[in-house]
Amino acid sequence: MDNTHDTGFIGQSYQGKIEKPNTGWIWKTFWVLVAITAIEFAIAFSMTSPGLRTLRNSIFIVMTILKAFFIVGEFMHLKHEAKSLIWTILVPTSLLVWLVVALVTEGSGIGDRLIHMFS
Amino acid sequence: MATTTTLQPPVAAPATVAPANADAPRSGNWDGGNEPFKASYGKLMMWFFLLSDTFTFGAFLTAYGLIRHKHGVYTGAAKDFFFSTAHWPVPEKVFNSMPGLHGMNLPLAFVALMTMILIFSSVTMVLAVEAGHRMDKADVQKWLLWTILFGSMFLSSQALEWSHFIGGSEHGLAMADGTVMQGANLGANEYGPPLFADLFFFITGFHGTHVFSGVALLVWCFIATTNGTFEKRGHYEMIEKIGLYWHFVDLVWVFVFTFFYLV
Repeated sequence: MDNTHDTGFIGQSYQGKIEKPNTGWIWKTFWVLVAITAIEFAIAFSMTSPGLRTLRNSIFIVMTILKAFFIVGEFMHLKHEAKSLIWTILVPTSLLVWLVVALVTEGSGIGDRLIHMFS
Repeated sequence: MATTTTLQPPVAAPATVAPANADAPRSGNWDGGNEPFKASYGKLMMWFFLLSDTFTFGAFLTAYGLIRHKHGVYTGAAKDFFFSTAHWPVPEKVFNSMPGLHGMNLPLAFVALMTMILIFSSVTMVLAVEAGHRMDKADVQKWLLWTILFGSMFLSSQALEWSHFIGGSEHGLAMADGTVMQGANLGANEYGPPLFADLFFFITGFHGTHVFSGVALLVWCFIATTNGTFEKRGHYEMIEKIGLYWHFVDLVWVFVFTFFYLV
């Protein structure tokens, strides 16, 4: 790659040596994300029977969290930050899991009440 | 930048002729002589903003979960599925068209393409950040332009997706009084309960607004890079901070994709 570009600001431009790009880890993460998405699609069209709904959705959620791990850990660099920062972000976010479980249960309850309103 | 009360050795500034005071790298010690979480002020505040944004999107997706579970579930075979306000629609029956391929049943194909575009934009964004670490102005410009391109492609795809959703299918939904309901608005839609379309508009709309803000910030970053603003400053941390935001938007899409389109 040709890195000898002329900025036009000789006096102010960066005079140091530009290193070679190190992008192996970026593409590795990219292929992991593509592979997970491809598997999700394969599952969406192969596990269609209603009896497998719960299992299928559980697999989707696990794979989504796996993708989130790679995006946040590698692309957003959180894996390589200070431990205290990692926990500062993760602990409040994990409370959302409780919120989701609580309100999805609540939703089913409301639905039941509406269906059996007059019985 | 270095004060007399530093607790950590100051970060060695790259060999530039930038003045050592005003535009010094925002890494290393904060003005109080301390460095919480070993992160610069700007990056830490970006993380806190993203945490608050996580709750906003978390609220949207949780509301989606509640409302979806409040409505009935279609229990029959997938091939006999029909649209009705009595049960929540199966996403692959709603989102099954592709621009330019009229009349073909391609479930989730277009949204798969949109997902790939956004993952690609995340990769080019991280490549721009990497180039910034190496002070490679030409590479930063190149990867920023790719990211802007993919971001705009995603926004255009979403515009097509929305217009198809609003316009509706050819056959529409036959109503009890003999009329046909076509498409979707905030009050009613042909796919299922009214709230299905409302949540679609709010969740994907809010995400699309985020993508739009991201593209605007990236355009600004590209102009600043081209003008040599970051080079004179001695670091490309602004690209990193905007990059954090951009990856977050990609992350939100990963969740929207799962909970709106797959589950």
